[in-house]
Amino acid sequence: MNSAMPFEWILAIRFMRQARMQTLLIMAGVALGVSVIVFISALISGLQTNLFKRTLDFQAQIIILPPKEVSRPLHQAEDGAMLATLVQPRAQRLQSVDQWQTVLAQVAKMDGVSVVAPVVAGAGFIVRGEANKAVGLTGIEPETYLQLIALNSKIIAGTANITGTDMLVGLDLAKDLGVWTGDKLNLQTASGGTATLSIRGIFDYGNSGMNSRSVYIALRTAQSLLDLAGGVTSVEVNLDAPFTAETVAQTIQAQTGLKVDSWIATNAQFFSALEAQSMSNTVIRFFVGLTAALGIASVLVVSVVQKSKAIGILRATGTSRQQILRLFLLQGALTGLIGSLLGAFVGWLFLIAWRNIAINADGTQLFPITFDPMLFVYAAVGATLVGILAALFPALQAARLDPAVAIRG
Amino acid sequence: MADFNAITLQLKGIRKAYNVGLPAGTEVMHGLDLTIERGEFVALIGPSGSGKSTLLNLIGLLDKPTAGELLITGQPTTQLQDRELTLLRAKSIGFVFQFHNLLPEFTALENVMLPLLAARGRPDEAMRLRAAELIEQVGLTDVGKHMSNDLSGGQQQRVAIARALVMQPALVLADEPTGNLDTKAADNVFDLLRRVNEASDTSFLIVTHDPRLAQRCDRIIELVDGRIDSDKANRVSSP
Ligand SMILES: Nc1ncnc2c1ncn2[C@@H]1O[C@H](COP(=O)(O)OP(=O)(O)O)[C@@H](O)[C@H]1O
Ligand SMILES: [Mg+2]
Repeated sequence: MNSAMPFEWILAIRFMRQARMQTLLIMAGVALGVSVIVFISALISGLQTNLFKRTLDFQAQIIILPPKEVSRPLHQAEDGAMLATLVQPRAQRLQSVDQWQTVLAQVAKMDGVSVVAPVVAGAGFIVRGEANKAVGLTGIEPETYLQLIALNSKIIAGTANITGTDMLVGLDLAKDLGVWTGDKLNLQTASGGTATLSIRGIFDYGNSGMNSRSVYIALRTAQSLLDLAGGVTSVEVNLDAPFTAETVAQTIQAQTGLKVDSWIATNAQFFSALEAQSMSNTVIRFFVGLTAALGIASVLVVSVVQKSKAIGILRATGTSRQQILRLFLLQGALTGLIGSLLGAFVGWLFLIAWRNIAINADGTQLFPITFDPMLFVYAAVGATLVGILAALFPALQAARLDPAVAIRG
Repeated sequence: MADFNAITLQLKGIRKAYNVGLPAGTEVMHGLDLTIERGEFVALIGPSGSGKSTLLNLIGLLDKPTAGELLITGQPTTQLQDRELTLLRAKSIGFVFQFHNLLPEFTALENVMLPLLAARGRPDEAMRLRAAELIEQVGLTDVGKHMSNDLSGGQQQRVAIARALVMQPALVLADEPTGNLDTKAADNVFDLLRRVNEASDTSFLIVTHDPRLAQRCDRIIELVDGRIDSDKANRVSSP
């Protein structure tokens, strides 16, 4: 007998060791349940982090635009064709955010704002010999914009630091046109601007649409090409806490009267998918927990019957009701704890196996699974609590056992 | 020592009914009066179903009488709560049953330690020494470390006696302790009880069916249908 161990622990461990098969089977059951929870949780959180990252890699968390005007035909559709035809001509012109420097300074001072970047976006053509390629131009200040979007990490040749007559093009566009860094391209816009720019860098977003249509140029170059001297089409913002974006967006809207979109509002569908995933994860956890609890409870109910003589003898030789109660609660807790630690370990092995199976053709991971070590702790604490709850009924039964009847058998 | 401590056990008008209020309800103990003094060695005999086990359970505070008062070393017990009864039982009463006395998950020595462990919460060296001393006293030093299931019936009863004595109780209750032993083993176990009694102040109340063994007690109480039919002092014939 270990001197450091209290009476109930000594008894609980001996009882569990004695009923070796029962103990091993129920612990295996708990372990299996926990391993499924650990695996699915890591999978879902990996998936979510990945989707989340993919979204925010390409998109600012908040975008400040000129206020909604009648010049937005889409919004006016229900007001009738008459109005739409009336306002149609204005849609052709890019609109600048009014007093954008003031807005920028004001937003930069707000709590939780990490980056504010001015952006000029518009349409253009790349002219090369006979070919005429339509592209989306984005005019940026690298010092702010590169903190906003993960463009830097997507650069596969050259640099993202553009000024003056520099430009960045996507991998697909470069291949299409047969150009690479250092080459020059002619740009034109609908408003008549033209410029010859040299390629400073090539990016690969892993998305052929963006790789063949996006072109980044310096902010000032974009302003002159798009006939928007001194103006910007949007002011884009990132926060320290991306999930507060909607609240912050509403505050900015109230303060400036401009149109403010948060990534949460523009990705509502994405968020409802995340919610559905979390829901199903919760449901899985609940049923696994319930199954484990029923398993532990049924093993202990049988154990109380099997041990009733022993319980009677213990009571006759000075063991209290409370000690008997604790003895059985402890068996539930230990079953949950040990089962969950085994299960977390097995779940972790599943994850390692998954990493080696779920890979892209090029050998990179389908998506990186994040294994949070706290999951071990949560699983252990959760399963221990489930074990104690499951043991409650059998333990009360054991404590209430009439020793005279138990000994008589 | 206070005078009342000379009296180990006192029963006043003890009644016991099972299934009170139900059609099957029956009174099996009909107003028993009984006193056992310090160091007495008493046999309890009587036909099967006469209430011997019921009486032992009542005295051992495992069961509650329907009426009457029961005093252990002078302390009234019928008003006590479960917690106090457990403490009093642990301190004052040692039990030896007919069979399945020991916990099979533990060694002989550990079984002897269990009452001390329950009382003090954690094992310590003093407990181990005390248990080893008792194991030696019952002549089982060689098998103390064996699992209790591996011992013979006679050895198991000896371990049970050692366990009953480990808390130095005022009273040891033994319900047919030699009931499933052969004559030789039964004699040995009985001798052991007698020797322990002679060497201490502990009183013994021993249920037995064996008239030969009853004749080796100081006093013989016969129970018939829940009443004391006879209660006689007995002159022990020296073996
Ligand atoms: N738990 C119980 N419920 C109902 N009747 C019982 C119970 N225990 C004992 N009895 C009855 O009490 C009487 C005395 O039994 P018991 O004390 O076991 O006698 P003995 O030990 O002398 O053989 C018997 O008639 C028995 O059927
Ligand atoms: Mg009996």
